[in-house]
Amino acid sequence: MKALAARRHHRLTPVVLLLLALLVTGGLYAALAPTSASADTAAVDDIAAGEKLFLANCATCHGVDAEGRDEVPSLIGVGSAAVNFQVGTGRMPMQMNGPQAVAKPAQFDQEQTNQLAAYVASLGPGPSTPTAEQVDPALGDISEGAAIFRTNCAMCHNAVGAGGALSEGKFAPSLWETTETHIYEAMLTGPQSMPVFNDATITPEEKRDVIAFLVDQREGSAGGLSLGSLGPVSEGLWIWIIGIGSLIGCAVWIGAKSS
Amino acid sequence: MSEHKNTDLTVTDGSNELDRFPDPGMPEHKLRMADKDPKAAKRAEAQVVILFLISIVGTIAMLIAYFTIRPDGTTESVRNANLALGLGLFFALMGIGLAAVHWAKTLMSDHEKSEERHPQRSSDEVREAAVAVLKEGAEDSGIARRGVLKGAVVTALALFPLTIVVPLISSIGGDWDIAKFKHTIWRRGTRLAIDPTGKLLKPEDITIGSIVHVIPDVPAEERNSHHWITEKAKAIVLLVRLDQSELKEAPDRKSWSYDGIVAYSKICTHVGCPVALYERQTHHLLCPCHQSTFDVADGAKVVFGPAKRPLPQLPIMVDDEGYLVAQSDFDEPVGPSYWERLK
Repeated sequence: MKALAARRHHRLTPVVLLLLALLVTGGLYAALAPTSASADTAAVDDIAAGEKLFLANCATCHGVDAEGRDEVPSLIGVGSAAVNFQVGTGRMPMQMNGPQAVAKPAQFDQEQTNQLAAYVASLGPGPSTPTAEQVDPALGDISEGAAIFRTNCAMCHNAVGAGGALSEGKFAPSLWETTETHIYEAMLTGPQSMPVFNDATITPEEKRDVIAFLVDQREGSAGGLSLGSLGPVSEGLWIWIIGIGSLIGCAVWIGAKSS
Repeated sequence: MSEHKNTDLTVTDGSNELDRFPDPGMPEHKLRMADKDPKAAKRAEAQVVILFLISIVGTIAMLIAYFTIRPDGTTESVRNANLALGLGLFFALMGIGLAAVHWAKTLMSDHEKSEERHPQRSSDEVREAAVAVLKEGAEDSGIARRGVLKGAVVTALALFPLTIVVPLISSIGGDWDIAKFKHTIWRRGTRLAIDPTGKLLKPEDITIGSIVHVIPDVPAEERNSHHWITEKAKAIVLLVRLDQSELKEAPDRKSWSYDGIVAYSKICTHVGCPVALYERQTHHLLCPCHQSTFDVADGAKVVFGPAKRPLPQLPIMVDDEGYLVAQSDFDEPVGPSYWERLK
């Protein structure tokens, strides 16, 4: 103790003390937190767990009763499909205000997402998460899906689902990476700028056809390099710069005298 | 100033010959490496041979690829087969092209040669003889004396082009009936059907925030006719349901919507593209061609872009069986402006 007391004015003392304090806090938390959490999951069902997650992560904006305010939508009656889409694609919880919430790595694992979805679904009836069979692309009709996609979706999401621009910084995202379940839920719930395509206007079978069409597009183009499937912009840049550039290069070489 | 007699503009005989550049003549011929050094010539020859060899290999590779890489129906196999064939063809043709140009540039003679132009004008004797022949022919035909003959030949030649002009103009503008631009096939009681499935719509099918692309309901067999395609192009409609509190309606159009459901023509009033990019939160409808933006919650008024008029609204109601139907046709011509639009 004498040695310690002698060094209590050492300039590194605060740092050492701080580290010790952090270690103790962390250690105590590690020792106590798991026990209380496991007690929760063991004792209470998904809805209660979801409510806790909701109060900790969502209530700041959506309100403790999930009724929303001003620009923040109410979550009563949005159903589990909306939660699974927004939380599963990482759009919620939102990191910052912007033209639109963008997809990012999901903050919650599937179990927590399901708990949140169960809680929100318990607030009021709404569209629920589809089953694996409802979104199986193998069961869908690709050509039917193409016709429905062309009429309802292609104007924003591009003819093959490559995405496109909307107004004031908003955009329709590319659908290459989106999971089948999330595509289904987006149609059903109409997240953010997207309108709703409920089961009466596009039936569940037709939604599956659309998913089959979109999954088929992921194989790419039979013609080769698709240049992002963005149409005249990327194709024009390619042909004007690389195509005509190499033609000019050939013409210069043919016309130049040999050394 | 008057003292100056010779200005720059005055042309005097031979005086400004001095100002011209002398004819530099042919540039001095420079020998190429291949002309001076037999080793360089050998090297160039080897390069040309290698380029031809690349072409030969490309041709063989293309033929092998044709027989070995057959598409089996999947997108990827078609892409791979096309890639192999294309690369083979590229090397086959590019090899020949590069070899030919390289050969001509390095090994073939590059001595500059000049050839004098010969005069284009024929000699006086030839010109006089030609005129004499023409005169003799005209006299021989007797066209100046035989008036009826002259009239007949001129008439025949003048009439013949009609066989080309009349069908051409007629098929360009065979149909001068512009009244049809003012009307669509929407009538009082025409049911609203979903595009492309043709399913009928009830108001309860459309939830708030939903949009439906709508066509007039016609019998299934009529949908295969050419007439239907042209009529559908004019009659397409976008159906949106809004929260009643967000909907602003002109007093004379209060009865045109049904329970927050509004129907607008999908054809842009600018140049007629299908306006269909709908942002649910702002209620803005965007045209993909020139970014004209319409506010669906406020009579589809133009809020941005080159369009000049709001989208025409289709008045809707519900029939006895509960289906959504049109109250009438649009009250104005749909689509872009044309000269006779308001006549």
